[in-house]
Amino acid sequence: MGSAPASEPATGEVHLRPGVQTAVKLLVVGHFAVGKTTFVGALSEIRPLRTEEVMTEAGAIVDDLAGMTDKTTTTVALDFGRLTLNDRLVLYLFGTPGQQRFAPLWHDMTRGALGALVLADTRRLGHSFEVMGVLEELGLPYAVALNQFDDAPAHELDEVRDALDLLPETPLVRCDARDRVSSTRALISLVEYLLTRIGHLEHT
Amino acid sequence: MTARRRPADRLVRSYVVTDGRAHPTRNTLDLVTLLVVTDDLPLTGLNPEKRRLMELCRPGALSVAEVAGHLSLPVSVAKVLIADLMDSGHLITRAPIPAARPTDARILQEVLDGLRARL
Repeated sequence: MGSAPASEPATGEVHLRPGVQTAVKLLVVGHFAVGKTTFVGALSEIRPLRTEEVMTEAGAIVDDLAGMTDKTTTTVALDFGRLTLNDRLVLYLFGTPGQQRFAPLWHDMTRGALGALVLADTRRLGHSFEVMGVLEELGLPYAVALNQFDDAPAHELDEVRDALDLLPETPLVRCDARDRVSSTRALISLVEYLLTRIGHLEHT
Repeated sequence: MTARRRPADRLVRSYVVTDGRAHPTRNTLDLVTLLVVTDDLPLTGLNPEKRRLMELCRPGALSVAEVAGHLSLPVSVAKVLIADLMDSGHLITRAPIPAARPTDARILQEVLDGLRARL
């Protein structure tokens, strides 16, 4: 949980390379136990970190600091990892809970985010609607990746697309969140989609 | 990832660390704003949390989120400390992509190239 002791910064891996100038972020979202932490862990070059935000049920993030009692505050944990993409660009991945009631937290995370990857589980597709609804409200573009659980029934992607009521252009891919290459491919699908959207925006 | 009631897991309450303040002195800090320690300003007068933060950042740049994670502080608390250290000249920042243009094609292409190179 979020109470892990502060990690001792080891040499090397912890800090960014000297030339890194620009940071971008992508969100990895999905319902409880869909594999967000696993996904971030498979891709991150650093040991994934966890931080937290404290907020009231009503949503004010900083009420904890004003000395509110514990009864009204909820802690939302964020897992995140880092990928240095080239000498000057670093990508952060934030694995975040997708519940509507955390929407105020989302505003902070989604500001400046390039897009989101929705992780979904074919055994619980219905749980993904809330997450996708929040992203649509926030205007954050997303792709959907089906995390392959060993005991999950095999569905055709077309069936899943219908079940999730995805727009025709929304990417839908399979991935294994434990596997670095598979997870990287899912992110690539998302970023390719983000680029094609820009192409459309620029031509209209 | 899970919501939970806030446990009494910190020895020092957040509002003590921040001198009772709930908001940073500036609101330009993003989770991925990069923090860089400026040269050799003395740490005298800084409280223990700010010293820890400076020691953490001294070897190289880190994001706001990483600082919060390494120091086991909520992001909102870390931001208050970071803003103070910016005000005192101990830290400078490299801003993330401005929120106004997260859809910069050049940046997206760089991200895409970087990801493909990892396969």
